[in-house]
Amino acid sequence: MSDPLPTASPASTPPQAEDNEDVWSDTPLVPPESVAGRALAIVIAIMTFLAALTAGFALALTDASQQWRGAVGLEMTIQVMPRTGRDIEADAAKAAEIAASFPGVGEARAFSRAQSEELLTPWLGAGLDLSQLPAPRMIVVRRDGNGRLDEIALRATLDAALPNAVLDNHGAWMQRLDDMARVVVGAAIGIFALVLTAMGLAVGFATRGAMAGNREIIEALHYVGAADGFIARQFQLHFLALGLRGGAIGGGAAIALFVALRLLSRRWATSASGEQAEALFGSFALGWGGIATIAALSVGVALLTGFMSRQIVYRSLGDFSRRPK
Amino acid sequence: MVRFENVGLRYGMGAEILRDISFDIGPRTFQFLTGPSGAGKTTLLRLILLALPPTRGLITLFGEDSAQLDKDSITALRRKVGVVFQDFRLLDHLTTYQNVALPLRVQERDEANYRAEVTELLHWVGLGERMHVYPPVLSGGEKQRAAIARALIMRPELLVADEPTGNVDPSLARRLMRLFLELHKSGTSVVIATHDLALMDQFDGARRLVLGDGRLHIYD
Ligand SMILES: Nc1ncnc2c1ncn2[C@@H]1O[C@H](COP(=O)(O)OP(=O)(O)OP(=O)(O)O)[C@@H](O)[C@H]1O
Ligand SMILES: [Mg+2]
Repeated sequence: MSDPLPTASPASTPPQAEDNEDVWSDTPLVPPESVAGRALAIVIAIMTFLAALTAGFALALTDASQQWRGAVGLEMTIQVMPRTGRDIEADAAKAAEIAASFPGVGEARAFSRAQSEELLTPWLGAGLDLSQLPAPRMIVVRRDGNGRLDEIALRATLDAALPNAVLDNHGAWMQRLDDMARVVVGAAIGIFALVLTAMGLAVGFATRGAMAGNREIIEALHYVGAADGFIARQFQLHFLALGLRGGAIGGGAAIALFVALRLLSRRWATSASGEQAEALFGSFALGWGGIATIAALSVGVALLTGFMSRQIVYRSLGDFSRRPK
Repeated sequence: MVRFENVGLRYGMGAEILRDISFDIGPRTFQFLTGPSGAGKTTLLRLILLALPPTRGLITLFGEDSAQLDKDSITALRRKVGVVFQDFRLLDHLTTYQNVALPLRVQERDEANYRAEVTELLHWVGLGERMHVYPPVLSGGEKQRAAIARALIMRPELLVADEPTGNVDPSLARRLMRLFLELHKSGTSVVIATHDLALMDQFDGARRLVLGDGRLHIYD
């Protein structure tokens, strides 16, 4: 082949790709920027954000309920009821003594009247005089953590010695707490599934839209001998990039929100109401584990997006090439 | 290489555009496909490219019945056929170089291995200076040459070109035709659809397939 064609002399200087190594590198075969693509990235970002929030709150709540359970499970309380004709101070001291010497108990501490008053201050107001009220006296019994504590025996011993002492192991509370946590986690899983389904549908629509919009490219690729798998992979790359972008934005926003909440809860923790909130919700913080979970969720969303669109493209290419148009 | 037996085609519920078409394209042959505008030249080429199933009749490609082919064999066959479309079908978001390299890229070859080859071909069709620009800024003739280079890069066994000289001046048209003839001499079968009578007259010896009223007349 010896007859080279005339080289067209460029009359004007058209937009020329930069003359460096980049000009050889492979441009994505599915054009990356499109309005529909940006819209999908936003949808994915929002969905990821919602899914991450749901997951984050569920995790924080499970964490908190576990912390609570751990703290409360180590403790029992003995309530000594005031009875006419009995000296409540002496009874409280006696109950504490019985409990403290019981095997398996690490510490038994009776709250003095002053301490009890202080405990009730947030609810009943300052300047409270408990001696005027028939308020029970509390003894906190802390397990020593190793040996098993025979609760039934302790209860029997207390009953024999003091008719007005009641042992409470917080079982009912913990049961309720567990139920609550389970309901919340169940609801979170439900919301999570709904959000993922909506996102899947959006990705499906977007993939079909992108196929229709790039029909000429698909045809040209077929004619130059591209296999369906190759074309499907190009779309997968395209949607993986969109998914990563959306997932990073949504997941990043969720993580930022949880970090902000954590900082806020630290600030609150120094105030009295903050202590109560902390008692209820734990430290209300998503630990590193939670943040890693959200990050993994975002990456998972991107992978799922890419995988889904590849499957859709591969399936719909089946009859694409041989259908009369 | 290509064999049509009593092939008929209609689009949708319309009238038959091609009727009882039978012909053969042998290895190392050169032929024009001609006929008035709307006669069905492009349609016939699309049948050869397996872009359309025939409404009736039998099409055999490289010895294989087109109706029996699965996707993988269709892909394999297409890699033996180079196509130049009437409307070029270059991808606007890829540079000229990337467009011409596309048939190699879809086979997932390493870019470093074919860069020299593609660059050489681009220089050879006179697009050496236009390698890194995008098709929208190419002239009609430049696009045509890019489309031709893309069809040639795989050294196809069969080259199918639809109006490859439609957008160029007569002297460039002659040069492009010489290029196809050289290709033919080096062993490729060539089918060129055109309604440019003057052009065909310059290559008098070539076989002519003439479409008219849906039927095909062959002048060897
Ligand atoms: N996708 C289609 N659907 C329906 N009819 C079509 C389609 N493509 C082509 N036709 C019709 O088929 C006939 C043949 O068209 P075709 O493009 O094959 O002609 P052609 O010989 O290539 O014409 P030209 O020389 O102008 O390129 C025309 O009447 C056209 O309107
Ligand atoms: Mg045509």
